[in-house]
Amino acid sequence: MSIQILMPALSPTMEEGTLAKWLVKEGQSVKAGDVIAEIETDKATMEVEAVDEGVVSRILIPEGSEGVKVNTPIAELDGEGGAEAPAPKAGAEAPKPAPEPEAPKAAEPVPVPAPAAAVAASPTPDSEIPNGTKFQDQTVREALRDAMAEEMRRDADVFLMGEEVGQYQGAYKISQGLLDEFGAQRVIDTPITEMGFAGLGVGASFAGLKPIVEFMTWNFAMQAIDQIVNSAAKTLYMAGGQMGSPIVFRGPNGAAARVAAQHSQNYAAWYAHVPGLKVVAPYFAADAKGLLKAAIRDPNPVIFLENEICYGKTFPVPVMDDFVLPIGKARVVKPGKDITLVSFSITMGLIIDAAAELAKEGIDAEIIDLRSLRPLDTATVIASVKKTNRLVVVEEGWPICSISSELAAQVQGDAFDYLDAPVMRVTGKDVPMPYAANLEKLALPNLADVIAAAKAALYR
Amino acid sequence: MAKKSATAATADRLLQFYRDMLLIRRFEERAGQLYGMGLIGGFCHLYIGQEAVVVGMQAAIGPGDQVITAYRDHGHMLAAGMEPNGVMAELTGRSGGYSKGKGGSMHMFSREKNFYGGHGIVGAQVPLGTGLAFANKYRGNKHVSLTYFGDGAANQGQVYESFNMAAVWKLPVVYVIENNQYAMGTAITRSTSETHLHKRGVSFNIPGEEVDGMDVEAVHAAGQKAVAWCREGNGPYILEMKTYRYRGHSMSDPAKYRTKEEVQEMREKHDPIEGLRARLLKLGGVDEAALKQIDKEIKDIVAISAEFAQTSPEPDPKELWTEVYA
Ligand SMILES: Cc1ncc(C[n+]2csc(CCOP(=O)(O)OP(=O)(O)O)c2C)c(N)n1
Ligand SMILES: [Mg+2]
Repeated sequence: MSIQILMPALSPTMEEGTLAKWLVKEGQSVKAGDVIAEIETDKATMEVEAVDEGVVSRILIPEGSEGVKVNTPIAELDGEGGAEAPAPKAGAEAPKPAPEPEAPKAAEPVPVPAPAAAVAASPTPDSEIPNGTKFQDQTVREALRDAMAEEMRRDADVFLMGEEVGQYQGAYKISQGLLDEFGAQRVIDTPITEMGFAGLGVGASFAGLKPIVEFMTWNFAMQAIDQIVNSAAKTLYMAGGQMGSPIVFRGPNGAAARVAAQHSQNYAAWYAHVPGLKVVAPYFAADAKGLLKAAIRDPNPVIFLENEICYGKTFPVPVMDDFVLPIGKARVVKPGKDITLVSFSITMGLIIDAAAELAKEGIDAEIIDLRSLRPLDTATVIASVKKTNRLVVVEEGWPICSISSELAAQVQGDAFDYLDAPVMRVTGKDVPMPYAANLEKLALPNLADVIAAAKAALYR
Repeated sequence: MAKKSATAATADRLLQFYRDMLLIRRFEERAGQLYGMGLIGGFCHLYIGQEAVVVGMQAAIGPGDQVITAYRDHGHMLAAGMEPNGVMAELTGRSGGYSKGKGGSMHMFSREKNFYGGHGIVGAQVPLGTGLAFANKYRGNKHVSLTYFGDGAANQGQVYESFNMAAVWKLPVVYVIENNQYAMGTAITRSTSETHLHKRGVSFNIPGEEVDGMDVEAVHAAGQKAVAWCREGNGPYILEMKTYRYRGHSMSDPAKYRTKEEVQEMREKHDPIEGLRARLLKLGGVDEAALKQIDKEIKDIVAISAEFAQTSPEPDPKELWTEVYA
């Protein structure tokens, strides 16, 4: 019985890799668990182990081959014995997700589509960036790392603390290189003890240090939320202004791919609820950089919500000595006159795509990126609604007591007479995140939902 | 039937241990393969190397005793007697899975087998397992809760809040610390002031001992003692299992934080399955052919589970909205 060995996916988002090295030769026998090859991905080199017993009859992909797609047969094994065992068919098809027009690539488990390249590459320039500034392409990951590095160079009181931020270079590689540059005194690996190190960070901030506390993901900050709300957010007030907490809590927020209910939750509305906190949730790399620098300098506790799926996205970032953006200001990414589409973080990709689709039907949508959630820049949204008279708010989180319900309330209060249609909301479904691929897709907002909401607001 | 001699009974038990550990090993290897094919998504934490711990401990408990653990849970479920088909189909997110595809690798449960999950938040299962023990004491039913957690989880505050309550209220819970020496990329020596985790109960007056977690017989013996202690109403007990995971923390971890030699040394000199295999052959009573037959049977069970996990349909879209409330 001949068994095909396939190019494995070694992470939830891997699509292809380099077959770096074969550790077996044709004719060699292997047993389950033997390491047979090394594969390189953009993040790491990994070993591939045999699952079946047998003799390597053919090597199909030579070592050194780059760009080998996941599930390509890379070798053949002549299995011994188990001929009648119903081994899973090599190359068995991956479950086909329900066909959806906006799905990026069938094999890619990223639940939200990438933004339309045209808008993403040339968003309306930020008013903080002087004319003539040069831009360089950077991933969000690099922009965040640079922001921390620049602030750590600038201010010796700034330090980074969290699980795996040092030697491992960050669970999601955001702190790549920082341990090398700043040493173990300022880039600190913690035990898994979120309540402890969040509280320790707040205490250090009372004493005047400026901690950046990384949560591996915001799901784990639930262990620490008491210190964030009761200690960090309220102390300035309780102390009559004598002392406060200049601290940044940061990490990936929201759904990642297929990690299910306990690891896929969006905390935007949770923290935006709390007086004393500032909350930032950028989408573009430039905003990630400029706002993280601002957060580190801010004398208040700042919740900095990143997104795992966006870490690898590339956007232009201004090349400036010290690029700092104001917290609390939304940005009009693209002006338009027919309808206002508002979002933040990963779902910006959805409204950018939706605007492109609507444009094909002659609908000119204005796109607004909130960027900050507290303070919430309702003025920018209201000014836009006064022009377009229609509003769709899109977010990944749950609908009840959400950012979109807050905006709907504020807009109906301040621009009631300007609205030509009810404020439409597109949100994550009101359920815990399911694991199954088809259900996960249904749980998250998608492009069709946004277009439908926009058309409903336009009565089309 | 004539009563079996003690040695024959021991041999039978060892053979069962062999079978149970091998099932976990082969199941996990197959899960790794299905992950590589894109059929399993998200995080997938394999248990390869640690099989002796759950197999030895499960044999030390009886009907009605409960088990709870974290996300590295496939081995615990198989040891608890859950069906390989249902576990594998949950890994692929299909309707035939234990949670109908809604929970995935990290969140699976079986009321029938007294398996209380599969939990994704490091340390959170420790108060939960203590609560299971509380319910046992409350009902006076003499059952014991096996509450597993890792060396990394041992630094969470709620573990010590649990220890204190369990000791004060004499709750029947065995805390099984699976010390595989790493928490993701952090070696225990880098994160932990007292690395002999069985001593962590000292200030709560909870007895603890260190066990060779690569030796299923040692695990079983220690487990029997600890479970008896709890059942007799003496309160909690701590077992620190010295063990090792061969694979990365999850599928996407290249495990660069330890040397190849270190892993090789564990695989070659301390493998729980190879160790038991050698011992079985030395004891006599089974020969190579008999063990090969077991290998084949296990291979078939796992192959069938993989087939089932691929053919079981995806959950009905209506499932999105069900079971949010009772
Ligand atoms: C509260 C919390 N913090 C962080 C994580 C991320 N995380 C998942 S597993 C893990 C390491 C746990 O190590 P250990 O307890 O030794 O168990 P092992 O993985 O070795 O079985 C970390 C940090 C999490 N899931 N929950
Ligand atoms: Mg561990």
